[in-house]
Amino acid sequence: MTVILETKDLSKSFGGAQVVNGINFKVKKGEIRCVIGPNGAGKSTFFKLLIGEHQPTRGEIFFKGKNISKLLPYKRVAMGMSIKFQVPGIFPELTVEEHLKLVLQRVSGPDPIVEELSRIMDTFHLTDEKRVKSANLSHGKKQWLEIAMAVALRPEILLLDEPVAGLSDEETRDTGELISRLKTQGITMIVVEHDMDFVKQVATQVTVLHGGKVFADGPLHEVLQREDVAEIYLGKR
Amino acid sequence: MKTLTQLHEQKSLIHAQKIAANWKYFSDPMLLLILACYFIPMFLGDGGINNFAYCLLWTFGAIGLSAMWGYGGILSFGQTAFFGLAGYCYGVFTINFGGSPVSTWSGVLCALVMCMAFACLLGYMIFYGGVKDVFIGIITLSVTLVFETFMAQTAGPQWAIGAARLNGFNGMSAMPSLSLPAIGAENLLIEGTNFLYLVLTLLVIVYLGTKKLLNSSFGLTLEAIRENPHRAEMLGIDIRRYQLLIFIFGSTLGGLSGILYTVWGSYITPSSMGLTASAMPIIWVATGGRRSLAGAIIATVALLDLSQELVVYGSQYALVLMGFILLFVVMVAPAGLLPTIKQKLFGS
Repeated sequence: MTVILETKDLSKSFGGAQVVNGINFKVKKGEIRCVIGPNGAGKSTFFKLLIGEHQPTRGEIFFKGKNISKLLPYKRVAMGMSIKFQVPGIFPELTVEEHLKLVLQRVSGPDPIVEELSRIMDTFHLTDEKRVKSANLSHGKKQWLEIAMAVALRPEILLLDEPVAGLSDEETRDTGELISRLKTQGITMIVVEHDMDFVKQVATQVTVLHGGKVFADGPLHEVLQREDVAEIYLGKR
Repeated sequence: MKTLTQLHEQKSLIHAQKIAANWKYFSDPMLLLILACYFIPMFLGDGGINNFAYCLLWTFGAIGLSAMWGYGGILSFGQTAFFGLAGYCYGVFTINFGGSPVSTWSGVLCALVMCMAFACLLGYMIFYGGVKDVFIGIITLSVTLVFETFMAQTAGPQWAIGAARLNGFNGMSAMPSLSLPAIGAENLLIEGTNFLYLVLTLLVIVYLGTKKLLNSSFGLTLEAIRENPHRAEMLGIDIRRYQLLIFIFGSTLGGLSGILYTVWGSYITPSSMGLTASAMPIIWVATGGRRSLAGAIIATVALLDLSQELVVYGSQYALVLMGFILLFVVMVAPAGLLPTIKQKLFGS
């Protein structure tokens, strides 16, 4: 399988603090890669470097073979990246339907296809709330709306930052099933997540970050069996 | 697979929806109110018609500000800078090229193009320079005050463009009215009632055009940028481009008000770009409802008319009252009076 996203010696420091330190990382097309690690490991900063919210102090990011290190976020999205934020970054005064129209008009032109709109709302269980302003949605629905928007962009790679944060067990399970369904459509995913049960449900490959560096990398079952990985989670290292 | 009948039905449905949407535009209460104003000359004398036209000509700047601020989230104090710029441009052009129909209408076009060009330059520096939020207001206010200060010191014969003297604090005067050619007769001057009809016709066009623009995918994108620019960018939207476009659009409408003002009074002075003047469009739009074009139009006309009435007793009374009105609206109806009244009467 071809590599779709790659970072080489990716680093970011804020003042004297080296938060991400020389990360070399490869994701193949169609893979679900979970990025895990204890608090302060550099996961969020690494994620923000990938989407262009931060500029690297050193190193490069390649997407579909093209160096995107200096590209603005909207240009990365136009190339086929899509992002779901940890804190739902929705538009409070817009309805659910308007959110999805806004996204669909980016990919299908000014008059989004009504059927596609309905299909997405059905898939994400948002049909009943189509005319509800997103500010009035429950936390779970806001998370699903975020994921729906990210998926509606028809991305080649989907970056999900803590997709199940604040969700109930049932919603977490549903989200896991949804992500597995998306994998069958050939969408590559990078998931930053704390919830290990969820990681076990969706991931095929795992990258463990610690102290801003890649601590472990490989198939899920192999990485999670390593004692040193368990130790960093328990704070022994 | 869809059958041909299903496809035909879907096309018919979309067509019917488009007709319904167009009908909705033409049955708009604000549009009907503007159309009703064509009958106003039957009830007013010359003075009343002139005063009403004066109040109406400011509504273009208010519509522009509503589009920028209410929909795009860009609070601009620059409406009067564009008002003055366009007014002076029209004056310089027509004083140099005469008062023929071709010259006056070319003057209008030239002033609008100047406004667009300056809005493009200023907007590019603001939005592509990463200026955000309250700092946009500070920059646009500064530009307005720089314009006023500069124009106020242009007394003396050295400050002239061709035959047009800028005249410093006293401003320019004696600009010709707009006119239309008439076959076998003298040109038809657009003054008095004719000027009111011109303003009303432009208002219908600008109101419907702006409404259509803001209800389109462009308007939805603008609203998303207003609500959460960071998230909008992460949906692949070049937010700077959209902000620049709505800034040019809104500022040019401010310029249109300035041209009509100069045509109406045959003069333009630097005080039209002063601190007080630049705050007025904000007060009108905030009072009517910054996300309501109808609210902005009604509040502009009503508050200007009220100011005119109070000026008889002293200009300070009008300013104090405007201040109180703004305070009242911010505290009692922050969304503006018209949206609040609609909410109370008809729900959300």
